[in-house]
Parts: sequence; structure tokens; C-alpha cells
Amino acid sequence: MPPVLQGILTIVIGVGGCIGYFYASNLILDKVIFPAKGPKAGRNINRANQVRPWLFLFPAMFALGLYLAYPVVGSFYRSLFDRSGANFIGLGNYADLFSEAGFRTAVFNNLLWVLFVPAAATFFGLLIAQLTDRLSWGNIAKSLIFMPMAISFVGASLIWRFVYSANPDIGIINAIRDSMGLVALDPLQVRFWNNFFLMFILIWIQTGFAMVILSAALRGIPEETIEAAIIDGANPFQVFFKIKVPQIMGTILVVWTTITILVLKVFDIVYTMTGGNFGTHILPSYMMTYMFRDDGRATAVAFVIMILVLPVMIWNIRQARQEMR
Amino acid sequence: MDNIAGQNQGGRVAVNITVLILVLLWLLPTIGLFVSSFRDRDQISNSGWWQAPFAVDLNFRTRIASDGMREEAGRFILEGNVFDDPSLASDFPDGGVVSAFGTRAVEPGEFPPGETVELRTGGTLVVNADGSYLIEANEELTRGPTLYFEARTPPKFTLANYRTVMFADGMDRAFINTLTVAIPATIIPILIAAFAAYALAWMDFPGRGLLIAAVVGLLVVPLQLALVPLLSLHTSIGIGQSFLGIWLAHTGFGLPLAVYLLRNYMVGLPRDIIEGAKVDGATDFQIFVRIILPLSFPALASFAIFQFLWTWNDLLVAKVFLPSGADSQVMTVKIADDLLGSRGGDWGILATAAFVSIAVPLLVFFTMQRYLVRGLLAGSVK
Repeated sequence: MPPVLQGILTIVIGVGGCIGYFYASNLILDKVIFPAKGPKAGRNINRANQVRPWLFLFPAMFALGLYLAYPVVGSFYRSLFDRSGANFIGLGNYADLFSEAGFRTAVFNNLLWVLFVPAAATFFGLLIAQLTDRLSWGNIAKSLIFMPMAISFVGASLIWRFVYSANPDIGIINAIRDSMGLVALDPLQVRFWNNFFLMFILIWIQTGFAMVILSAALRGIPEETIEAAIIDGANPFQVFFKIKVPQIMGTILVVWTTITILVLKVFDIVYTMTGGNFGTHILPSYMMTYMFRDDGRATAVAFVIMILVLPVMIWNIRQARQEMR
Repeated sequence: MDNIAGQNQGGRVAVNITVLILVLLWLLPTIGLFVSSFRDRDQISNSGWWQAPFAVDLNFRTRIASDGMREEAGRFILEGNVFDDPSLASDFPDGGVVSAFGTRAVEPGEFPPGETVELRTGGTLVVNADGSYLIEANEELTRGPTLYFEARTPPKFTLANYRTVMFADGMDRAFINTLTVAIPATIIPILIAAFAAYALAWMDFPGRGLLIAAVVGLLVVPLQLALVPLLSLHTSIGIGQSFLGIWLAHTGFGLPLAVYLLRNYMVGLPRDIIEGAKVDGATDFQIFVRIILPLSFPALASFAIFQFLWTWNDLLVAKVFLPSGADSQVMTVKIADDLLGSRGGDWGILATAAFVSIAVPLLVFFTMQRYLVRGLLAGSVK
């Protein structure tokens, strides 16, 4: 069966199955298990209403459990075994990883990414949000800066090859160097700094996200606070840094953490730009070098990423719980 | 308030210029890709895309036939014009201007036009700016020499790259595969998530807060963790690497965001409507289908856009959960693994392939930006 037909069939089965499941399960609950009639009608209605939430939740909980919760445990378990999966070696994979220079480079680079990308993207996002706030063509400008959000990391990498290429007839950077009489060089082969050249791609993509959210936050600031500051003689910079930024600090943190989480997941940019060569591996791309070859190592790397994400996850959950109260 | 952005004329101008520069910086790389995808292959490798509207010096070669040679006062003479070569006629419909010429492929622009040079086979050669050449030799040449010359060619834009990419390179197949992955993977999680979000927003049951916290926690679980265990699970239950597998995987990975986003939206719906319906005897199922779903359309739309962009642009999940053969490659995999390797130097093809792969997301982005922004604002923990 061609995949297209298969796809259409899957949509029909998926959507039909969903509606069928919810309809039928509610029907069975109300008519068969706890019918709302007879001597125990009142009690049955209450019981049915106690069960119903779980009917609504079941498919989502099942999928979430299987596809996201179970892998956390499953990956950790698998990482305790060797390549074949037959022999238990305890933390052997982790010990091997930490003694590998490549892994240490990847961790170091990943820390650079986590520090630099969210900071830069949030900074540019805030800057652009503030500058476009009162601009007549601000919406067009924002929409154009937001655009890279729609582009895949692979597409973005190809786009940036036209900036970084070592050939002065392709890459803008080398064209500029060429016109200044400098020799062409491949920016992606400059040790250490090449990490930052790769980070620019992600910053280019994520600034739009930061800008949209921070722009909405800036608009939400009560006008009176700003007017009061101006009457008291604050200059524009003071108004921005002392009045506006403190009021949207919460949103800035949210943007920051959201981008941090993303940074820990993205492997596409490194994979398509350098393949991890020239000392540019980060953990997600480093993991892919083991994927399909040594599942034990691959899961160990994945678990290290999980440990890095953990503080953000806890902070996020606490944040969400506070908000609900 | 107005004096923040520009308290005076100078400030306002400065802001306008800064924003303009930033926007241009942000657009520049994409414009490069777009322009390059329409350029002729030879032109790409000889001038940057920023020079695309201008004429460019390209190298050509022509093989001169020796049969036109005639004898004159003891010397053999061969005359003609390089632009008369039929294979070059399409590049120079009304003649051209030679800016340099040479006799060796390694240095096609060795001599300026008009200079007389020695041929390796004996004799002398001169090529003039108008393309006419003159070869003089003491004895008859058995083979005509090969001439190299540099000539200014007008800018040339072509759809040839698109033809190659769409019809000859298997990109059409990859395009359909991407669609096949993205659409079911967008539609299926929506319904599942909508029911769960309704329960989490409007039904009372013990452990609700805990479940919401769990969803928020799962929101940040790195995908990398799921790859190995799920692939072995899929293999053991017979799904293996297949389209079904990737639909299930994308559904699972998209659910936390979907549940979270939809719950946040549904909580904000007016309580009166829902309680009114309950008083009138509507069941939860009826309330959900008749009231909640239609009212939640903006949130559903914004999640659908997110999930579509995410599944369309994804490389990681496709690499792991789809077989690596050509008939199930999606575009991102095709570009990253196939084209970058085999066509690494063919910038026109690379640019075109990239542009084809980002065209649909860009279209979705610009037509439905409103919903996307709304979803972003609802989706971030505030």
C-alpha cells in the first residue's frame, strides 16, 4: 500500500477511533455500568462522574506514559548494559564516556551553548521588542524577524552555508575578507570560535520567539508606572532598565528557560554544518554518533542530557503549580 | 510614553535605522538562498549571489577545427571567431567580449586580448576582444588547438535547478513523504489532547494538580531519551521503522504541548456557559463536543500549526523512526544525508532543495501567523 493511502487511512482510523472510543466509553459508562435509573440512580450518577475524567484522560495518559515517561526509565535501564544489551555493566558506559575526550568536548560545548544561546536570543528579542514597540512598521519588522521560526534547522543550516562558506564566491564572510585583501578561511574550522558560529544559527532562529513573547509582555506593562517615572524625570534608558525590565522579569525567565530546553535538544545544526568535526560536537549530536551502533552508550549520553534538563524541569513544574494556586 | 522610542526627531531616526539594519541582517541569509536557487550553475560558482544582477566573467573553452587552415606566403593561417562555436551560441546570442584568453585549462585567463602568444604545438595565436582569432604556423597543424577564454556574460536566471530538484533528484518523492508524515502526525494528537485538556480544565477529580504538573514536566523531557527504548519497543511489537511508527512517535512527543496549551486555553473559557449547560442536563461529552471544541478553535489551530511545523521540519525523529531507504526519506533527511554528501559542491541544487523544503512552512507561517503568536503566548508558563 502506498504511504499516502496508508496516511489517509491512518487519519480516518485515528480520528474515527478517537471519536468512537470517547462516544462508546461514555455510553457504556452511563447506560451499562452505572445506569442513571432504578433505585440506585443518584449513586450511579455520582459514580459515573467519578470515573468519567479517567475515560477522557486515558488515551493521552497512555501515550504520554509510553512515549515520554517510560523512556526515561527505559533509557536509564538500557544504559546500564553493554553494547549487545546482554551483559549488565553497571555504570560502565558512563565511566567510559567520561574518560573520552570527545565526550568531554561535547559537554563543554553544550555548556557554552546553554549559556550563550538563550542569553543572546533573549537579549536580541528584548532589544527588538522594545525598538519596534512604537514603530509604524513595527509589525512588519517583527514578522520578518520572526520568520526563521518556521524554517527547519536543516534549511537554516543550508541558508547559513551561504554565509560561512570558505569559497569567497559563495560565503559572504569570505567575500568581505576577500575584498579587504585577506585570505579565505573556513569559519567552521576555526577551533573554539566555530561553536559560536554554529550558535548564531540557533540565535537567528530563536530571537523571533523571544521577541514575540517579550513584546506582548512589554505591552502588558501598566502605563501609569511608566508615566510616573517620566514625570519624575527618568530618561529612556532608566525607564527601560529600572521600570520595564523588572516588571517583565518573570517573562524573561520563561523565555530564557524555554530556549535553554530547546538548546539541549537540537542536534540538526551541528549534524548538517560540521558533522561534529573540528571540535563542535554537542551532546545531542554526539549521541547520534552512537545511535544504531551502541545503544548502551547512546542511552547513557541521552541520560546525561536528561540530568542537565532536570533543574529546568523542576523549576518549570514549581512555576506551573504556583500559577495554579 | 512616547519619549521612550524617540523623544526627539534624532532618536526616532536612530530607532528606525537600527531596526532596519536588524531586519536586513535577519533577512540577508534567506535572500541569499532564494536568489541562488534561481541562478545558473556556472554563475553561482563564479560570483556571489549579491552580484547576481550584474554581468559576470565566465570561462569557456572552444575546440578549433584545423580543416579551415590555408597557406599564405609559406605560412599556414587559421582565422575565425570564438563566438561562432555552435555549442556556445546559446550563451552569446549577439556576440560577446573576450576579456582574457589562454591555452591551458588551468589558466584560462592567462593573457589579455590582443596579445600574441606561442602555441605549444608550434606557431602563434592571438585572440582579440571581439572574439576573432588568428593562428599562424610554419607547418600545417593536424589538430586544432583548444582555446580557453573569459567573457562577460549577462546575468542569467533559470528554473533549471527547480526542474532538477523536483523531477530528477527524488525530491518529489521526499516532498510527498514529508507530507505523509506531517499530516496524520498533526491531526491525531489534537483530539486525544483536547479530551484530556477538557478533563484537566473542567472536571474535578483527585490528583488533577499532580497530573497537570506531570504534563508540565514531560514538556521538557529530551526526545533523545525516547529514541532507543521506543525503537526497540516498535521493533518488538512488529511496527519497526515505518510510517506508522513515526506517526505514533510524533503523536506521543507532541501531546504534552497539546494538552498544556489546550488546558490553558480551556480554563479561560467562561464558567457560566459550561455550568449553564450542565444545569440544562447536558452530559460532559455533549458539553465537550458542542461547546468546548468550537470555542477552543483558536487554541486548536495554534497547536496544529506548531505540530505541523515541528513534524515537517523534524530531522531527528525521521532519521530514527523511518527506514533510511530512498522511498521513505523525508526532505530534511534527503538534504542532510543525501544532497549534502553527493551534491556538496552544487550550490544551486542545494539552495533549491532547501527552498523547496522551507516553502510550505513559510506559507503556513505567513498566512497563520496570528494563531501562531497566540499559541506561543498561551504555551509559555507565565
